[in-house]
Amino acid sequence: MRPEVALPILIPLLAGALSLAFWRSRAMQRGIGVVGTGVMMLSAWVLLYTTWQEGYLVMHMGNWPAPFGIVLVADLLSAIMVVLAGITGFATAIYSLATLGKRHEHFGYYPLMHLLLAGVNGAFLTGDIFNLYVWFEVMLVASFALLILGGERAQMEGAIKYVTLNLVSSALFLSAIGLLYGLIGTLNMADLADKIAQLEDPGMVKVVAMLFLVAFGIKAAAFPFFFWLPASYHTPQVAVSALFAGLLTKVGVYALFRVFTLIFSLEDPFTQNVLLWMAGLTMLTGVLGAAAQYEFRRILSFHIISQIGYMILGLALFTPLALIGGVFYIMHHIIVKANLFFISGLIYRLKGSYELRELGGVYRSHPWLALLFLIPALSLAGLPPLSGFFAKFILIRAGIEAQAWWLVGVALLVGLLTLYSMVKIWSEVFWKAAPPSAGKTPEPRTRNDALLYLSIGGLALLTVLIGLGAQPVFVLAEQAAAQLLDPRGYIEAVLGGEA
Amino acid sequence: MEFLVASTVGLLTAAGVYLLLRARTFPVVLGLALLTYAVNVFLFAMGRLAINMPPVITATSPGYSDPLPQALVLTAIVISFGMTALLVVLALRAYLESDSDHVDIATDGDLKGGPH
Repeated sequence: MRPEVALPILIPLLAGALSLAFWRSRAMQRGIGVVGTGVMMLSAWVLLYTTWQEGYLVMHMGNWPAPFGIVLVADLLSAIMVVLAGITGFATAIYSLATLGKRHEHFGYYPLMHLLLAGVNGAFLTGDIFNLYVWFEVMLVASFALLILGGERAQMEGAIKYVTLNLVSSALFLSAIGLLYGLIGTLNMADLADKIAQLEDPGMVKVVAMLFLVAFGIKAAAFPFFFWLPASYHTPQVAVSALFAGLLTKVGVYALFRVFTLIFSLEDPFTQNVLLWMAGLTMLTGVLGAAAQYEFRRILSFHIISQIGYMILGLALFTPLALIGGVFYIMHHIIVKANLFFISGLIYRLKGSYELRELGGVYRSHPWLALLFLIPALSLAGLPPLSGFFAKFILIRAGIEAQAWWLVGVALLVGLLTLYSMVKIWSEVFWKAAPPSAGKTPEPRTRNDALLYLSIGGLALLTVLIGLGAQPVFVLAEQAAAQLLDPRGYIEAVLGGEA
Repeated sequence: MEFLVASTVGLLTAAGVYLLLRARTFPVVLGLALLTYAVNVFLFAMGRLAINMPPVITATSPGYSDPLPQALVLTAIVISFGMTALLVVLALRAYLESDSDHVDIATDGDLKGGPH
């Protein structure tokens, strides 16, 4: 019985309830926002350290024994994801202090942010497949409300597509759970993994696996299901965009990693091929979509899609090295992507636009900001010695070892095109002279700018640290991948002992 | 009984998908509602269909009906009800904002963009 597993869920729930209690006090809500996410991040670090020291941590909710009650399980992958959620949440909370207007804060931004983080952490930590669905919905409800906060016209359009597609995905997810329960008669993921091998109907298992793939593929914005993401992610407040970009799609990726390592086997060539194709096409379509865009946040949104492709590639190759690469990629990507969105918001604040052609001259006026942009941008493209280089290096090495030549080719090409996109932003926003037509430049708001630089600088520092200290991070990813490859440990940790 | 439930699920799904593809907000809302009904009935039927059976195992009863899918469906109904309510409000707001009930309302963003 390890109650600390529940802390990363309980703390944001409590913080959300407290901010609701102080509905009228903006100052209190802002304070709770920073303190709550900060404490959550600390609890996540403690969880990661404990998981590193002791292995799997299991908590039986309400003390019901394992296959009957709901369990929360922290293995290294879950703990890593929770830490990343904590970092992103904390950085977003600080960033929001300076960027959100009264209008947004009065309509419940902070309670919704806490609720979103609780949903994300719940999805990372649960060991029960129906409970995973419930946490998905908690996260979705919060994200719907955050997406339309402010109520502008573009937000409405984006939100309708986002909500509809996500509800369809939930419906598929729920039918898949129903089928799985009808086949095996349990919902506990460890128990499912234990019993699915004894099934005599491999065809049905494949159908269920594909249903899960589609449901999580929609959430993760993977290849044929990605179109809701670029339609909606550029519309809300920047702090919200960054939080979504960092965390939401990665919950879908995490669910894919969990389900396809634990319950369904990727040794089945059909499933593996589907995932491989999905990974390659996701990388390509994302980066090609980005090449055609001239709006800062739309470019970044399309790059989320292509990066999701790399993570799925790590899972789909299903060798130890590829899984390490996948986990490493997730760690690198969440931090870099949230940071790029933060920077786009800061530039909007300075220049009053997201359109690349209306921007310019930022290098001349803010050289340090240009440097801060280069760190995550070059890391995203995969230049050494930044974090993205090692993530891509491990994955491509794994691809070569698995002799998946065309995927290696696609991965390298997409890296190059990512660099093209980043250079496009660099030359349009930072390098070229400010266009004379940019007459609507607002008077620069410098209030609390230090807070923005604090979040951006902090995340940039992490990117550099992951790059320079790649070895310890690699060892961590290696352990996490080893746990994923050997589901017996997970099953015994959940069912053994008390069951 | 099985045939009846199965064809109901199929019919609801077909109607739901058709309405979803209409790309107007009101049919989309109805379509999603029908789709979630279909999924709920399906989930319910996954506990196997049993008539007049108690949901608990006793020594005297000849069998039992699985209580777990009933609990799952209850959760799913509540969640989908909340989601539908939210979607209705969203659709209404989008309609008032744009005077169009098409899912692709034209935005300022569509008119801008593109290379210079």
